[in-house]
Amino acid sequence: MRSVLTICRKELKSYFSSPIAYLLMAMYAVIFGFFFWNAVGYFVNISFQAAMSGRSFPMDVNEMIIRPLLMNTSVIGLFLIPMISMRLFAEEKRSGTIELLLTSPVSDMAIILGKWLAAVALYACLLGISLLDVAFLFAYGNPDWKPMLIGYLGLLLQAGGLLAIGAFISTTTKNQIIAGGVTFGVCLLLWVFEWVAGYETTAWAAVMAYMSVVRHYEPFSKGVIDTKDVVYFASVIFFGLFLTARSLESLRWRA
Amino acid sequence: MAHDKDDYMIKVDALTKRYDRTVAVNDISFEVPKGQIVGFLGPNGAGKTTTMRILTCFMPPTEGSASVAGFDVLKSPMEVKKRIGYLPENPPVYPEMEVEEYLSFVGRLKGISSADLPARVSEVAERCAVADVRKKLISKLSKGYRQRVGLAQAIIHNPDVLILDEPTAGLDPKQIHETRDLIRSLAGVHTIILSTHILPEVEQTCDHVVIISRGKVVAKDSVQNLTSRLRGQEAVAVEVSGGAAAAIQQRLEQLAGVARVVPRENRHEAHTFEVESLPGQNVRAGLARAVVEAGWDLHELRPVAMSLEEVFLELTASEQKEGVQ
Repeated sequence: MRSVLTICRKELKSYFSSPIAYLLMAMYAVIFGFFFWNAVGYFVNISFQAAMSGRSFPMDVNEMIIRPLLMNTSVIGLFLIPMISMRLFAEEKRSGTIELLLTSPVSDMAIILGKWLAAVALYACLLGISLLDVAFLFAYGNPDWKPMLIGYLGLLLQAGGLLAIGAFISTTTKNQIIAGGVTFGVCLLLWVFEWVAGYETTAWAAVMAYMSVVRHYEPFSKGVIDTKDVVYFASVIFFGLFLTARSLESLRWRA
Repeated sequence: MAHDKDDYMIKVDALTKRYDRTVAVNDISFEVPKGQIVGFLGPNGAGKTTTMRILTCFMPPTEGSASVAGFDVLKSPMEVKKRIGYLPENPPVYPEMEVEEYLSFVGRLKGISSADLPARVSEVAERCAVADVRKKLISKLSKGYRQRVGLAQAIIHNPDVLILDEPTAGLDPKQIHETRDLIRSLAGVHTIILSTHILPEVEQTCDHVVIISRGKVVAKDSVQNLTSRLRGQEAVAVEVSGGAAAAIQQRLEQLAGVARVVPRENRHEAHTFEVESLPGQNVRAGLARAVVEAGWDLHELRPVAMSLEEVFLELTASEQKEGVQ
């Protein structure tokens, strides 16, 4: 456990002593800021129209601002996650520091968990930035915080799964760009798989749709925790970390 | 020699490592007694790094076994890893870390308790002469400092065994000298294996030497024995003109103290030979006289240093001879 924390701390320190963490945070702040401005602008527009027409219909901040924002963040995550996970192992393999880790008295699983936790923590920092925008909703409006909390929890679960897959891909190469590119491809596929469900009803379409990350995130954005979605993300995390462990082991045999 | 079993810190028995098509290490065996420095000598690609990686549990052997402090690398890797300090060929440092921060990280990784950590870090920093840069980023350090940080990282948990892969590669002469002194000072407490492809380095630092070539052990001996076997055998390159190559060679071969004459090249009228002398004989004066007396012209007479390759040839040749007898 101590070695997990040692490695996690070192990874976080690496993220924050290189431009990558700040770059991601800045990019995320701008993109999320744009979506926020957009969503609030739309909401204000609708409420003016409602006031002018004299008809009042329910205006829900959660439903009209927070939920679409969370769904957007889920998709932005697909783009940012490869940039977080790509260096995890590829960098250590390139610089040779992997020899230090693999010849130290710590288990492979401790190394993997430490790195994965650090990546999830960095993603949590990114989400933290979005709270700065969301805070204005609480200052000027009266949204319900419980579904929002569940939405953020879902984002973390989604990131956990994709980062585990990214960690696995990062063990397979010395080249960060390749690791990032392939991870991005996989993330993208896990998003667009859902589209087949729109026109196909065959069994394989159902399977593909089931694999889609965004589909399993959607209930979270509404503030609903469904066991089958939690199971889905938990199994993606487990599967990704399991593959990472196997890949690290095979690295020893092939090295 | 059953009683010796406990005295050996490292035992390598019939170790073989095969990659896809190539055999990197082929059936090598050696032992290292406690507190000794053993030089692992061989040209690039001989299998030195592979052997070291197996000993450090970085990779498993294909066949055979290796043990460190009585623990098998396959059966109890955790116990082996606790007792080993390893400096790979490229120091495994994180450029974005400060020296002190890096050493603390490695210390924690090796299981040093938080209470002991600061004392250990300053001790090894002092020992490896990196205390003056402890607050500097590793990316800003010179190659020599990085190497010493690598060495500090290897000894931070006070391991029984130190495995150093080419610890002086890429250093300038002064740094090489300092590093060798440092390594020497670590012997006794630590058992050390260091690999190198530089012959004098072994003479200056090590007690024993294991020479390995193309994945096989070609010689293992104490350094004294090895040097006395090689000492005195010198080779001289002679360039002579004014006569037929065959005649010159024949004349040189007749000289007292000459073991062998090997023709090297013929350029225009000048012929170059490499003359190997018998152990302890200096043939240079005799060579010069003989050439001049025969009426030929002597252009060049120069001692040829024995390269590592030739040392191998010499050793393998003499081992075969001994084998025949």
